[in-house]
Amino acid sequence: MYIIIGGGGDIGYYLTKNLLNHGHEVLLLEKGASRYQTLSEELGPAVVRGDACEARTMEEVGASRADVIIAVTGDDEDNLVICQVAKKRFKVGRTIARLNNPKHSEVFQKLGIDVTVSPTRSILSLIEAELPSSRFVQLMTLKKAGLEIIEIRVPPDSPMVDRPLRDTNLPRSSNIVLIIREKQSIFPTAETPIYANDDIFALVNREGEEALHKAFGIIE
Amino acid sequence: MNIVILGSGRVGATLAGMLDKAGHSVSVIDFSSDAFQRLSPDFRGATFVGNGVDEDVLIRAGIKEADVFVAVTNGDNRNIMASQIAKEIFRVKKVVCRIYDPIREQTYRELGLGTFCPTTLGAQMIFDTITDKKQK
Repeated sequence: MYIIIGGGGDIGYYLTKNLLNHGHEVLLLEKGASRYQTLSEELGPAVVRGDACEARTMEEVGASRADVIIAVTGDDEDNLVICQVAKKRFKVGRTIARLNNPKHSEVFQKLGIDVTVSPTRSILSLIEAELPSSRFVQLMTLKKAGLEIIEIRVPPDSPMVDRPLRDTNLPRSSNIVLIIREKQSIFPTAETPIYANDDIFALVNREGEEALHKAFGIIE
Repeated sequence: MNIVILGSGRVGATLAGMLDKAGHSVSVIDFSSDAFQRLSPDFRGATFVGNGVDEDVLIRAGIKEADVFVAVTNGDNRNIMASQIAKEIFRVKKVVCRIYDPIREQTYRELGLGTFCPTTLGAQMIFDTITDKKQK
């Protein structure tokens, strides 16, 4: 795949290295002179000095044959324009934008960006997952399907404890896909019982998420 | 008309004064309160400090009731993003977006955003002056 990355900050740098290691053709655009110098010493010809927001620059680096454009600058408005120009002018099939402000997620989606990634939101939920008190963690959002993958640590006083799944009154809009019990992965069937402190991974939609909270007796 | 102007620079502040004088209801947004000093002392409109690509700031400035939205900050991309929020999310009928980069301006004009490019307009005016064409 030919991948163009806009913005040579930490994310752009590690992303470029990683994708190069996976054997992709990668081109990183960085507009700052001194940052470009630093990057090019390590990445060589994979980094080019230029502004990914400029259509002329994108034309020079062959944006029209790119499979993916990834915009990871520190400014959401720049990331938006990089992706939109790539899509509309160069007909790039897939555009991915970093969101610095998680609030912009809906706007980006409405304005036609294929995928948005919010480091701020990801870091928040990762940290939440590590807090001993947390019983419920959002792992991933599948935007197109309107679904989420969530993790639940079953509270000892939950009404679900010691009952097989078939006897529990799980909401229709949720599906338990995996149970981790003392480091063992269990793909549950209707007969699988739920124990206290099991880690449950479930696929849910928005209504299902709340219903599942209630079913497990978790109060946020 | 209700008009929201993003960016209280020379153009934004001058335009705000003109529209206010013409009897329109004007609110101006800028991320620096110092910028409002550029507004004329008898400006009667409202001013809001904040980031123009933040929906909450736009709502406070009255974007939901706005007939016109004008984006004239120094950043092309900021203008583009704010204008698209105004047009696509808040359905403002008339949106005017300043874009200095001619290529970018053309791209967004083709996409149906109300744009103008001071670079080409200015260059054209100078060109006409030099080559002695009548301006109108």
